[in-house]
Amino acid sequence: MTTNSSTSSLVDEGGATEVRAGSYYGYGIPYLPIQGYPGKIIAIEGTDGVGRSTQISLLREWLEVQGYGVVETGWTRSDLMQPTIDLAKASNTLNKLTFVLLYATDFADRLEKEIIPALKAGFIVLSDRYIFTALARAGVRGVDRTWVRSLYGFAIAPHLVFYLKIDEKTLIRRVLQSRGMDYWESGMDMKLGDDIYESFRAYQRSLLREYASMADEFGFRVLDARRKVDVIQEELRRQIAAFLAESESPTPVRPE
Amino acid sequence: MVEGIDGSGKTTQLGLLAKWLIAAGHPVFVTEWNSSALVKAATKTGKKKNALTPMTFSLLHATDFADRLLYNIIPPLKAGMIVLADRYAYTAFARDAARGVDRRWVRELYSFAVKPDMAVYFRVPIEVSIDRLLARRVKLKFYEAGMDMGWSANATESFKIFQGKVLDEYDRLVDEFGLSVVPASGSITEQQRTFRKLVSQYLEIENDDEQLDEQLG
Repeated sequence: MTTNSSTSSLVDEGGATEVRAGSYYGYGIPYLPIQGYPGKIIAIEGTDGVGRSTQISLLREWLEVQGYGVVETGWTRSDLMQPTIDLAKASNTLNKLTFVLLYATDFADRLEKEIIPALKAGFIVLSDRYIFTALARAGVRGVDRTWVRSLYGFAIAPHLVFYLKIDEKTLIRRVLQSRGMDYWESGMDMKLGDDIYESFRAYQRSLLREYASMADEFGFRVLDARRKVDVIQEELRRQIAAFLAESESPTPVRPE
Repeated sequence: MVEGIDGSGKTTQLGLLAKWLIAAGHPVFVTEWNSSALVKAATKTGKKKNALTPMTFSLLHATDFADRLLYNIIPPLKAGMIVLADRYAYTAFARDAARGVDRRWVRELYSFAVKPDMAVYFRVPIEVSIDRLLARRVKLKFYEAGMDMGWSANATESFKIFQGKVLDEYDRLVDEFGLSVVPASGSITEQQRTFRKLVSQYLEIENDDEQLDEQLG
């Protein structure tokens, strides 16, 4: 059943993606053409404990004051899938494939019902995590990379991806401080060991490695998340303002 | 595994085949499309609210398939049983493409599936399938009739349009994946005879291989 997947631009070798921001990564959704939609997607990626939601609410405020319409979207918040994902997590009946597929379904639901309509209407979509979270989690679980990238070929390449990066030690302390270890975030399904702390540490370490490996592939703008909230916010605003200024000036015609 | 549109008689045929195999002493395991407990809740809410898009419909069925593959298909295969699947990935290839999902994407999505040893497609003209469903007083369901696509407000009319597209997709699949076609317009007994002949040819070949292995062994 394996078919040739080399045409998907998500899986092109050689680092930088050729996919243009605002278009589909791979085969896309044929019945939803999105070319020329005025909205923008700005994704804030990063592990737990890097302060994504704080940064997003500050950005939202800042953008709205300037008169931009803002829509926020998160990971696993769709009405369709939330109950199923909660149930599946609670009952530990997920295996790595169904885990990946349930999250992809959830994302597809939000993409079609929230993100695409918002882009069409000219909103700035602030996404708290994006498909990279799914790719990282799948990668850690050893799911075939080419397959996951082809699966997410229906996703739209964001205009900006900020990766809030922290080191392993800081990450572990922050997670323990905020909500502690849960079964899935500790990678206990992967049976890395009986010691929950060791399992948790090994899991977080490989997650960080996955994110790092995607930085070039997807053109992450990497920010050091160990700095103070307002320092990070300032940096985000500077880069976003530069991007928005550029995209609002008349676009020069470039050869395809 | 068997494929065919609703009302093609494939489920009846698979049931009769199972009887025959069991009577002949083969260990048999039957699995149905879209039957895992895991995604039932989501499919149900989605269907009830008519909230599924072609993409989420496709992904939910793939999730269901992945779940059944790991729990209901691979273990019985490892245990040396004959797994009879009422619909397989080809159903997704046909239905999702008919709903406008990218054909290449669906095929890559299911690349984790085990390739079936035998794939039998019961081909039936659309009129026959409708007559059968109506005779059984089956109420055409929203998604089965493709009502989500908005082609027609009339369920029978919509079913015809949608299943017509699904049949076209199946025709592509016959060549692409080498499905064995059983014309489902003959009587139940005639079809079952053809079906058993196909299966026994396959099982004999397999037995011969085993004998050959023993001789060479």
